[in-house]
Amino acid sequence: MPTLQETASQIRRDILRMVHGANSGHPGGSLGCTEFFTALYFKIMKHNPSFSMDGKGEDIFFLSNGHISPVFYATLARSGYFNLKELNTFRKIDSRLQGHPTTHEHLPGIRVASGSLGQGMSVAIGAALAKKLNGDPQTVFTLHGDGELDEGQNWEALMFAAHHKVDNLISTVDWNGQQIDGPTAKVMNLGNLADKFTSFGWEVIRLEDGNNMDLVVSTIESAKTFLGKGKPIAIMMHTVMGKGVDFMEGHHEWHGVAPNDEQLAKALSQIPETLGDYPAI
Amino acid sequence: MKKYTYTDKKDTRSGFGAGLLEAGKRNPNVVALCADLVGSLKMDAFIKEFPERFQQVGIAEANMIGIAAGMTIGGKVPFTGTFANFSTGRVYDQIRQSVAYSDKNVKICASHAGLTLGEDGATHQILEDIGLMKMLPGMTVINPCDYNQTKAATIAIAEHHGPVYLRFGRPVVPIFTDADQKFEIGKAWMVNEGADVSIFATGHLVWEAIKAGEKLAEMGIDAEIINIHTIKPLDEEAILKSVAKTRCVVSAEEHNRLGGLGDSIAQVLIKHDPVPMEYVAVNDSFGESGTPDQLMKKYGLDDENIIKAVQKVLQRKGK
Repeated sequence: MPTLQETASQIRRDILRMVHGANSGHPGGSLGCTEFFTALYFKIMKHNPSFSMDGKGEDIFFLSNGHISPVFYATLARSGYFNLKELNTFRKIDSRLQGHPTTHEHLPGIRVASGSLGQGMSVAIGAALAKKLNGDPQTVFTLHGDGELDEGQNWEALMFAAHHKVDNLISTVDWNGQQIDGPTAKVMNLGNLADKFTSFGWEVIRLEDGNNMDLVVSTIESAKTFLGKGKPIAIMMHTVMGKGVDFMEGHHEWHGVAPNDEQLAKALSQIPETLGDYPAI
Repeated sequence: MKKYTYTDKKDTRSGFGAGLLEAGKRNPNVVALCADLVGSLKMDAFIKEFPERFQQVGIAEANMIGIAAGMTIGGKVPFTGTFANFSTGRVYDQIRQSVAYSDKNVKICASHAGLTLGEDGATHQILEDIGLMKMLPGMTVINPCDYNQTKAATIAIAEHHGPVYLRFGRPVVPIFTDADQKFEIGKAWMVNEGADVSIFATGHLVWEAIKAGEKLAEMGIDAEIINIHTIKPLDEEAILKSVAKTRCVVSAEEHNRLGGLGDSIAQVLIKHDPVPMEYVAVNDSFGESGTPDQLMKKYGLDDENIIKAVQKVLQRKGK
């Protein structure tokens, strides 16, 4: 069994190769959230790669900030949801790996389309309510961008989840401080996000380094101890956009730009190939 | 002209409320959500019977649509309830991405559609909702005509898998369809067979078409009246069969003439059998405050306007 760190390293390589292969996509947030995805799918969640839409008896995950589809797809493929070779088709014609995740092409592992921002938390709340009605004790996880919280629907959802005691939900915010037009502090200041969630009635847990695998795992594990206690749970996860590639780290310019051949080579030289790159078609 | 009478009048939204309760009894997976308009949507009976299967969302329609989409994951059949304006225009992108594109089995149930909402005025009188919803791939669009049909439609959509927009209204209107009818999605209902002109009507305009048909009969005009309760998928076969006989068409709907039932019918005619056609619909404008009757008359949506449209289209056919 490869270690979580080894798996994350390989997923980072997958992300870069996919985005380079498509000459489009979003490497920055994908690289920043690689530890989170790896921890969820290879350690935390009870899930079945043979995939059923309803996910009864399973933990289920919703990606609200759908533009970081590269890390989602690479994680799903590495978890056995579909063949690794299919990563070659990312963002290309006739592919199930659309630019933003969709159920429309029936890609295993995807339960709702996302990309138009701010909708994922509402959907996750619905799935969490269905689990409660079904007597299903498993957990619903989500991920949201910090810039995405500009969208008002999130705050409708936050109010609802606290009011209705949706306590089988763990929502994580990727707090990398960057959005397309620049730092969130300049574009639309989020203020003290943790306090905002707390004042909305959520149990809030801080994750100071979302790129430290051990810390990511232990923080999610500790978040789980709050399940079933009457409050929805949020993890404020600080990450570095573009993590793992020195010239991408912390630069919002890498939000949605593909590396060229030279940049790819340079990036890959910084990230060990641990499990074997997916084969080119 | 076949004789239609009524002994009772009720609002179509009450038909929805009754249908929702029945659907809830038949299928334990039916759940309901409302955005602070429980009384207006007549959801009280469902909530009383199945309190644990109801979610009060507050005045947050976008969130409501998303939650409904999510509840389908786990096998629920969610019915959302609010006014038509807040069911469609306000939440278009949520419906587009989280429901339609995601193939979610959500029933978007919309009351107070069109002008007959009345005194609240144009902010609440959406006349574009049929167009908005029918443009979404995979969306079924239904606009029933009276209490009984709305109840039957509500029960039918619970048994249909896929996203549905169900549109109904606020005012009390005659009940003239059968109480025990079987509602078939996408199957037009022959109200009256005739030979001279085809009147295709939906929603509240079906009763107006019946009134018009009676007056036309007195004038010696034999109108065929067909209720197109399902605007999408459209019953093209029924339309073309009728037109083959009558050779001219009037459409009637409580909606903007742009993008509604009339346009859907025109598209079928253009492709298969172009014949003269007239629209009875709102002429690309917003509504205003007034009583439902005053508004329907002012905006040209009553039986008199259907008769005028018939006379016009007959004249065109004659040329």
